[in-house]
Amino acid sequence: MTTDLKPVPELTELNRPYFRAAAEGRLCIQRCRPCGHRWFPPSSRCPACLSTDVEWADVSGRGTLWSWILMHQRYFAGFADEIPYPIGFVQLEEGPFLVAGLVGVDVEDLVCDLPVRVVFEESRDGIVLAKFTPAGSVAATS
Amino acid sequence: MSIRDKTAIVGVGTTEFGPRYRHLDPEVTAFDLAAEAFTSALTDSGLQKSDVDGLITARLPSYGRLADMLGVRHPRLVNAFEGTGRMSGVALQTAVMAVVTGQAEVVACVYGNNGRSAGAKYGGGAGDARGDVSTAIYDSMHGMTSPGAYVAMMYQRYRHEFGVPEDALAPIAISNRRNGALNPNAVMREPITYEQYLAARYVAEPLRMLDYCLINDGGVALIVTSAERARDLAKPPVYVTATAAAGDLTNYYTSTDFFGAACRDVAERVHRDAGLQPADIDCLQIYDNFTPTVLFSLEGFGYCGPGEAWEFVKDGRIEVDGALPVNTSGGHTAESYMQGWALHVEAVRQLRGEAGERQVPNCATVQYVCASPIVTSHIFRR
Repeated sequence: MTTDLKPVPELTELNRPYFRAAAEGRLCIQRCRPCGHRWFPPSSRCPACLSTDVEWADVSGRGTLWSWILMHQRYFAGFADEIPYPIGFVQLEEGPFLVAGLVGVDVEDLVCDLPVRVVFEESRDGIVLAKFTPAGSVAATS
Repeated sequence: MSIRDKTAIVGVGTTEFGPRYRHLDPEVTAFDLAAEAFTSALTDSGLQKSDVDGLITARLPSYGRLADMLGVRHPRLVNAFEGTGRMSGVALQTAVMAVVTGQAEVVACVYGNNGRSAGAKYGGGAGDARGDVSTAIYDSMHGMTSPGAYVAMMYQRYRHEFGVPEDALAPIAISNRRNGALNPNAVMREPITYEQYLAARYVAEPLRMLDYCLINDGGVALIVTSAERARDLAKPPVYVTATAAAGDLTNYYTSTDFFGAACRDVAERVHRDAGLQPADIDCLQIYDNFTPTVLFSLEGFGYCGPGEAWEFVKDGRIEVDGALPVNTSGGHTAESYMQGWALHVEAVRQLRGEAGERQVPNCATVQYVCASPIVTSHIFRR
């Protein structure tokens, strides 16, 4: 079945805390209570120590742009009118990596190791996404 | 326990890549293509179907369906792998282990793929929206998809870390196309120029169309048996001297060390077990889903140092008449994307002296390398 809409996740008991926090403007991922490890995407168990005693905890929202690409290919009709669009592979200050859209930045200013900060944008149907923008930019401080 | 030279590939078969690329056939099934390759490999080996007592499939929806189509009812070794490129190396390893341990004596490894005719995309699937089966939705919600884009992420980083110029991948794409022109079974029979490479449009920038593998329908089969059994068959045996694997398994295809740790682990073992180092290898078959993977493979396996591969591939070194020929069939960007399987066949053809105009003279050793979330490597010899 084709759709002209952007892909969005179905909310589940496991991933709902992430999206609820994003809707409130907070970046929140899982953390293991016994060992402190953090990870994303969500899982029922800690990948470091295998404990199921896990919680959701806010992260700073700061990270570094490990790498980025510009998507020129029309894989999703819902993204077609944004082509070419930048996508980042961001390493959060706390360690985990996220794939995320990049906003508020010109392509010429994209460079690996750029410090970035989370901003939130709604995709559709109430699903808010954590995207990233250069840490020094106006958008990040608003 | 050493497996050195205890098994051999004795039969290889492929479908015709060019005609299938040019004329899509919505009626052909993956099973048809697999069966065609199996039959061709069997003939190539001089064995009878009744000799086959092991069946490994890849990318087929049902191993049972293929077994029934082929009339192989009681194989002693049965396995089925998913349709990813990393599995071609894993499948051969499984066959080798089965023969060495005596579980089976003649193992057919069979791949069939009708994805192109069936409209399969290597990207764009929204897939599992709940994230229960695949976590891809957490990336696709940002418009990120397709293995090529994940490799593009790695290559962008590689360029940043090592100061790599805009045109660094051109020698790989150009060499592959030159080899394709020498390979009657290749899809692409025309070389490309440096200007044509640079003019190709971006797909996931910094990667261009000519950095990408050619999606195609096809089948490939390999028949593996013991060295003893191999001696009396139709073709000179191609011995598996060593083989090893290591995963690089995270949530992403993108590997933040360019698969380096896994490659070094595999390289150390496969070179040690073969008693051969990179300097002893006459020809390389490198899994090239996208051209940067060739760079990561060369560095990971010690053919050059970190950040040096983009210069290593220049000036004809990896061309068919260069010091270290790579992907002599044209690889995945010129022969056809068969998810590593046809590269195994090319290794065999080179060692048998069957590579025609693209034959590497005095080719006695060939190494296969796949740098991916499951890194594999084999060293073959004649």
